[in-house]
Amino acid sequence: MKALSQKRRHPLAAIALLLMGLLVTGGLYAVAGTVNEAQAATTTYSAQDIEEGEKLFVANCATCHGIGAVGAPEGAHGNQAGPSLIGVGAAAVDFQVGTGRMPMQMTGPQAQQKPAQFTEEQTTQLAAYVASLGAGPEIPSEEILDASKGNPAEGGELFRVNCAMCHNAAAAGGALTRGKFAPTLSGVSEEHIYEAMVTGPQNMPVFNDANITPEGKRDIIAFLKTIEAQGSPGGFALGSLGPVSEGLLIWTAGLGVVIAFTIWLTQRSS
Amino acid sequence: MSASTSPDTYQPKTRVGRISNFVDTRVGASSIVKEFGRKVFPDHWSFMFGEVALYTFVILLLSGTFLTLFFDPSMAETHYTGSYVPLKGVEMSVAYASTLDLSFDIRGGLFMRQLHHWSALLFVASVSVHMLRVFFTGAFRRPRELNWVVGCVLLILALAAGFTGYSLPDDLLSGNGLRIIDGVIKAIPLIGTYLSMLIFGGEFPGTAIVGRLYVMHILVVPALILLMIAIHLFMVVVHKHTQYPGPGRTENNVVGFPVGPVYAAKAGGFFFIVFGIVAAIAANFQILPIWDYGPYDPSPVSAGTQPDWYIGFVDGALRLMPGVLGDFRFEYVIFGGYTLSLNVLLPALVPAGILFGLMFTWPWIERWVTKDNREHHILDRPRNAPFRTATGVAGVVWYCVMWAAASSDLIATHFHVSLNDVTYWLRALFFIGPIIGFMVTRRICLALQRKDREIVLHGRETGRIVRLPHGEFIEVHEPLNEYKLHRLVDFESPVVQPAVPDANGRITRTEKLRGRLSRFFFEDRVAPVTPAELEAAHSHGHAPVEAAETKAEVTTR
Repeated sequence: MKALSQKRRHPLAAIALLLMGLLVTGGLYAVAGTVNEAQAATTTYSAQDIEEGEKLFVANCATCHGIGAVGAPEGAHGNQAGPSLIGVGAAAVDFQVGTGRMPMQMTGPQAQQKPAQFTEEQTTQLAAYVASLGAGPEIPSEEILDASKGNPAEGGELFRVNCAMCHNAAAAGGALTRGKFAPTLSGVSEEHIYEAMVTGPQNMPVFNDANITPEGKRDIIAFLKTIEAQGSPGGFALGSLGPVSEGLLIWTAGLGVVIAFTIWLTQRSS
Repeated sequence: MSASTSPDTYQPKTRVGRISNFVDTRVGASSIVKEFGRKVFPDHWSFMFGEVALYTFVILLLSGTFLTLFFDPSMAETHYTGSYVPLKGVEMSVAYASTLDLSFDIRGGLFMRQLHHWSALLFVASVSVHMLRVFFTGAFRRPRELNWVVGCVLLILALAAGFTGYSLPDDLLSGNGLRIIDGVIKAIPLIGTYLSMLIFGGEFPGTAIVGRLYVMHILVVPALILLMIAIHLFMVVVHKHTQYPGPGRTENNVVGFPVGPVYAAKAGGFFFIVFGIVAAIAANFQILPIWDYGPYDPSPVSAGTQPDWYIGFVDGALRLMPGVLGDFRFEYVIFGGYTLSLNVLLPALVPAGILFGLMFTWPWIERWVTKDNREHHILDRPRNAPFRTATGVAGVVWYCVMWAAASSDLIATHFHVSLNDVTYWLRALFFIGPIIGFMVTRRICLALQRKDREIVLHGRETGRIVRLPHGEFIEVHEPLNEYKLHRLVDFESPVVQPAVPDANGRITRTEKLRGRLSRFFFEDRVAPVTPAELEAAHSHGHAPVEAAETKAEVTTR
């Protein structure tokens, strides 16, 4: 120890410190990076799936995403018809295609949900093809999607801190800027909720495994499924939109009925 | 039981008679009933909103008392152990936990909470509609100016009662609302931060605010409301009720039903009707699901965070305010290192200040402009006071623009438009909406007055075309009966009162302004039909001829 402290004014001490700092930071980053990718490449797809997927991709997706999913060329203002899909992973494909958002019906602020355009098998083939292009988030396992194994109270806390500012505390959805929006989460399958968190579709940020652990994600799913199943204890929920729909009800139906009664009470006089 | 019998000589024969005579000779109830029971109230549906407000207030007192038995206004930390699964074990305040217990573990608690909240919404709504009725019919004119002011104070107290109640459960929504109030308080120049520290007992949110609001909500504000209601009703009795124009109705009488027994029975029944309506809503529609929002924590803010409807206009004004305008910033540091946050201060205080300022002073503004200092007990039909109706509509439009802005996010998601565009449009409407509202309303009022005039002079168009013997075609106009005629001709139409010099022969600046306002208000006017005009219209042969034709038509069938 003494020898070390005597050399603390050595000309190379600063450089040594800097190197150590860089090593520690880089090492931590590498560890964090592998944590995020821990889920990746656990499932393998058959070569036939990948081949079929490529055919489907070329026929249905390549117009915007380019041959080989490298993305469309950038336009004059840096806008792009479709981004590169290399490294987005099977989870992104399963979410976007499985919820009908892709293939996109029309361009707009945001891809709209619609009935799925491909069968489950075709979706798996597409996912296999895109996953073969580069490592990315995988389709989650049954184990991690099982809401009954999650803790809805913990999930509620995570949801309020991470999700409610866009999706509303009751998961009813909310507005974003310029026509974009966060959709309601009621009726969304466990698989799609999980995939949305790991891939960050549309305007949603990515919540990787270092940000919210897979168990935390399962807790969130458990919370969402619990409030979905319990309904609204107090009667009609009025869209779970809060004070606006409540005010609307009292000014239309509430006051309307009151006025009808006042007219009835004062009828047949003067 | 003749009234002339002196209490000492009158001997009741039955037991009930003896008891009531005992009470009556000591408190004099019969004279009160005799005096008050004969008070006459005119009957019109639009006169009943004040009653709705009173009844919902009674419901609030009843249901609120129930809630106080179980609610604990403490901000001490606890872990939830009740029966609502998605919050089990979550750290929260005792206030929030006791509200959850009220909702899930106390029999009838959820219904009472919902009853309390729904009747609060209806309370403020009926107060507002009542005030709009009073304003648009000119019922605030002499001698009722002070009662109008008491009503305005009641409205502010109603808002205060609502907001303090909204903040009690300590859920995420109420905490977000309090945070906005805290921001507004902190935006007050110089003293803002100190004031906020004083109110919250330290840095927001602290551990004191729920208890303090609770005292305001269950003690101070309701007591003030009760006092104001007492003054309000006392003045109604003193001034007597206003009435709409009609045959036999003058400035010196009131035509309607006496309180006892018809009106009292109706009013008493109406209380139960209102109670029934609110109870039906409370039993069927969920309001403020605090379990959805979770316990308050300063970090999360939910999408769709709005105040209850009556605070919405302040929230909307805050949403409309731009932070910067081009290169102009609304926030800068003034002397002593204080920050002046005009981007918060202006929208939070100025629109509300203008609205309430004009509301309080309007009776005096109108009296000053019209120079009309007479007593008015006959109401104006809104069309017959175009200037006032147009001003009122301008105010309503302005309020509604701000109100709509508070739900800009829901407008965007539900009508599939851009949130930014909604904000831009509402910003534009904030300035031009009231102007358009004023102009359109005034034109509509004048047009309706002209139509009334036309009907009075020439009768109602029946749409029946009759061919006269010499070949001419005419449309049969049916003259109005006396009753309907009265309604259309019995009104005052103020004329322009130009500025006049004072005793020194000078026209003061305020008098000049008054003259200008008078011209602005009254230069377009439709005069009521005079008896001479009516006579002339009828004597040049229209009505009798038409009447005869109608008869002929009937007989030839």
